Amino acid sequence: MNLEFSPEELAFRDEVRTFIAENYPQDLRGKQDEGDELGKEDFLSWHRILHKKGWVAPAWPVEYGGTGWTATQKYIWSEETARADCIRLMPFGLAMVGPVIYTFGTPEQKAQFLPRILSGEDWWCQGYSEPGSGSDLASLRTKAVRDGDHYIVNGQKTWTTMAQHADWGFFLVRTNSDVKQQEGISFLLINMKSPGITVRPIITLGGEHEVNEVWLEDVRVPVSQRIYEEDKGWTCAKFLLAHERTGIAGVAASKRGIERVKSIARTELDGDRSLLANPFFKRKVAELEMDLTALEFTELRSLAGENAGKGPGPESSLLKIKGSEIQQRLTELSLEAVGHYGAPYFRGFGDGDNEHPIGPDYAHRTAPTYFNARKTTIYGGSNEIQRNIIAKMVLGL
Amino acid sequence: MDFTYTETQDMLRDTLARFLADTYDFDKRQKMIASSGGRDPGIWKGLATDLGILSAPFSEEQGGLGGGALENMIMMEEFGKVIAIEPYLQTVVIGGGALKAAGGPLADALIPEIIAGNAIIAFAYAEPQGRYDLANLRTSAKKDGAGYVLNGHKGVVYAAPWATHLLVTARTGGSQREAAGVSLFLVDAKTPGIVRRDYPCVDGFQASEVYFENVAVSADALLGGEGTGLPLIEQIVDEATVAVCGEACGVTRKLHEGTLDYSKQRQQFGQPIGRFQVLQHRMADMFLEVEQIVSMTLMATLKLDLPADERKAAVSLAKAKVSRSAKFVGQNAIQTHGGIGITQELAIGHYFKRATMIEGQFGSADFHLDRFERLTLADAA
Repeated sequence: MNLEFSPEELAFRDEVRTFIAENYPQDLRGKQDEGDELGKEDFLSWHRILHKKGWVAPAWPVEYGGTGWTATQKYIWSEETARADCIRLMPFGLAMVGPVIYTFGTPEQKAQFLPRILSGEDWWCQGYSEPGSGSDLASLRTKAVRDGDHYIVNGQKTWTTMAQHADWGFFLVRTNSDVKQQEGISFLLINMKSPGITVRPIITLGGEHEVNEVWLEDVRVPVSQRIYEEDKGWTCAKFLLAHERTGIAGVAASKRGIERVKSIARTELDGDRSLLANPFFKRKVAELEMDLTALEFTELRSLAGENAGKGPGPESSLLKIKGSEIQQRLTELSLEAVGHYGAPYFRGFGDGDNEHPIGPDYAHRTAPTYFNARKTTIYGGSNEIQRNIIAKMVLGL
Repeated sequence: MDFTYTETQDMLRDTLARFLADTYDFDKRQKMIASSGGRDPGIWKGLATDLGILSAPFSEEQGGLGGGALENMIMMEEFGKVIAIEPYLQTVVIGGGALKAAGGPLADALIPEIIAGNAIIAFAYAEPQGRYDLANLRTSAKKDGAGYVLNGHKGVVYAAPWATHLLVTARTGGSQREAAGVSLFLVDAKTPGIVRRDYPCVDGFQASEVYFENVAVSADALLGGEGTGLPLIEQIVDEATVAVCGEACGVTRKLHEGTLDYSKQRQQFGQPIGRFQVLQHRMADMFLEVEQIVSMTLMATLKLDLPADERKAAVSLAKAKVSRSAKFVGQNAIQTHGGIGITQELAIGHYFKRATMIEGQFGSADFHLDRFERLTLADAA
C-alpha cells in the first residue's frame, strides 16, 4: 500500500497535462473565465476532442471504447482535468445510459447507440422523475402500452436536464400496473424528435435553463428500443443510480474549488487583515478540507475495491451524500467570502462594452452558483433516499 | 499508487484477531481490569512469544518482521475491536518508534526486549500545565558530570504501573515553552527517585502521576541530541496519533455494529426499533462517520513518511476528523441503546468510554484543526 505515483504513472500525468494544455478549446476557456452560460456546442467541443483522442470514456470497458486505464490513471485523469478547469462532460450518455446499454443491451442496441454516445453525435437526456414521483420514483405513472412492434407512451416527465438539446432520452415507463410497483417498469430509449414529445423549460433560481418538463402524447416507440426485459427496467434504473452516484462525489473539482475559495479569502479584506486571517472563516475552510480529504480517501478505497472486481455498490451512496454536501459548502463559503458583491445579478454590460465590470471577477455568479448547488443534495436520489439505501442495503435494516 | 494490503499484512490481522477472540471476550476483559494489577500479563507474553507479533513494525535487522506504520495500524485496529488494554501503543509504537528513530546501543539492547515481551515502556510526556503542547515542559534534566538529574511531574502516564522503562521528555535548556532545549530520555522505571501514584482510568487502562525527584541517569539514557529532541518527539507523537486513529477504526466499527444489532432486537411500539426511519438515518450517518475514520486513518498512515510539515498537516487533519467522528458515533450509539447504554452491563458503554478518551488523546479536534491551519492556511499567498 502506498500513495506514490510510479514512473509510468508520472509519465502518464505529464502526457495528460500536455494534452490538455495543447488541446483544450480557447474560446471555451474564455467563456468559463467570463462566467458565461455554456451552450450545446461548448460542451461538445471538448467532448469531440477527447473522442478523437480515445479518452472520452475512461470508465467504459475497452471492448466498447474505454481507455483500459487503471484506477490510478483514472484518478490522475480526474485530478488533471479539474486542475486545468476543464468542463465536466455531460453525464447522460457517457456515465448513465452508456453503461446500461453495454451491460444490459442486445448486440444490435450496442452497435446502434454506443459509438454515437462516444462521438457525441447523440445528446442524451434522462426521463426519470415525474411531477408525482420524485423520491418515490417507483410510483411513476408514464404509461407504455404495447401495440404490435411498438409501445404507445403517454405521460409527463420533469427535471429533465438539458432535454432542450437532446436527440435521445432514456425513460422509465410503466408497462404493468397489476404487480408490485418496481416489477412493472420498463427502460425505453426514445428519440426526442418523435412526434408527440414536447419540451418546456423550467428556469431555476440562478436564472439558468438547465431543466425541463417533457410531455409525451401517444409517442410511438419501437419495442427494439427497450433495454433488457419488459417489466425489468428497475434493475437497469438501480444499476444506473449506483453508477451516477460515484461520479457525483466530484472530489477533484471540489479540491479545485477549495483553492479558489482560499484565493478569494486571501484577497478580500476583513478589517486590516485578509478574510483568511479571520479565525472563524479560516476554521470553516479547514473543516471543509478535512471532510474533503476524508471523501477523497473513501473514494480511493472504493476505486481500489472496483479494481479488485467489485462494482460500485450501495456504498456509493456514501460518496453521493458527502460529495454533495461538500459541493454545497463550497458554494456557501464562496458567497460568504465575496461579501457585498454577491448581490449584483448582472455584472457588466454586453460584448464589446468597455465599461469596467461591477465587483471583482471572482464574485460574479457566486450567488447563482450557490442557489444552483442546492440541487446536489436533491438530485440523483435525495440524500434522505441515500440514507434509506444505506440502511437497507448496507446495514440490513 | 496502491491501496491493497499484502498477504503478510492480511495474515497479521487474522492471526491477531483469532488470538484476541479467544483471550478478550467482554467478561474476561472486565475480570482482568478488576484484578489486582488491572491486567493479565499472560496475554502480553502470548502476543510476544506464541504469536511473535510484537516484532511486526521492526526491521529484519532488528529482529522484526520488516513492517512499519501500516502494521501498527492493523494491530491497533484489532486491539480497538476488543477494547484491549494491552500497552502496545506505549511500548511498541511509541517506545519502539523512538528507539527505531534514535538508534544507538540503547536501541540495540532494548528492541529485542520489547519483541520478547520483557520490556514495557510508558510515555511520560504530558504535564499538568502543558495541555497538548509537547514543548510546554517544566520537567528538567540538569547535566551532572557524565549524566543528568531529572526533576518534575508527569501527568496521566498510561501503562506506567506496568512499565519497565519510562520514555521521558524534559528540558535540558530553554524556557518553559521554547522549542530549543527539549530532550528525550529513556530511563529504567526502577531508578531511585521515581515516585508513582497509580490509578485506573475510565477506559480500563492503568496510569500514574509520575514524580521525578533528583533522578540520576547516565548519558546513555539520552535519545537523540541534547536540547534538539523536539522534532523526534513530534515525529513519534504523530506516529502514535495515527496509531490511535487506527484503534478508533476498530472501536467505532464495533460501536456501530453493536448499535445495529441492538436496533434489530430491541422491540418498542410492537416492532424492532431499527424499523424507524429516524434511527435508520442515524445509523446510516454513523456508518458514514466510521468509513471516514477508516479513510482518514489510511491517509495519515500513508503520509507519515512525508517531510515534517506535510506529515503534521496530514496527521492533524486525520485526528481532527477522527475525534469528531468518534464523538458522533459514540454518543449516538449510547442514545440509540437508551437507558441500558449508560450502564456498565453492556460492552457498548465501555467502547464509548474508550472512544471518548481517544477524542482527546494527543490533541482534540480543535487543537489539530488549529495546527493544520497554522501549517497550511497562511493568510497571504
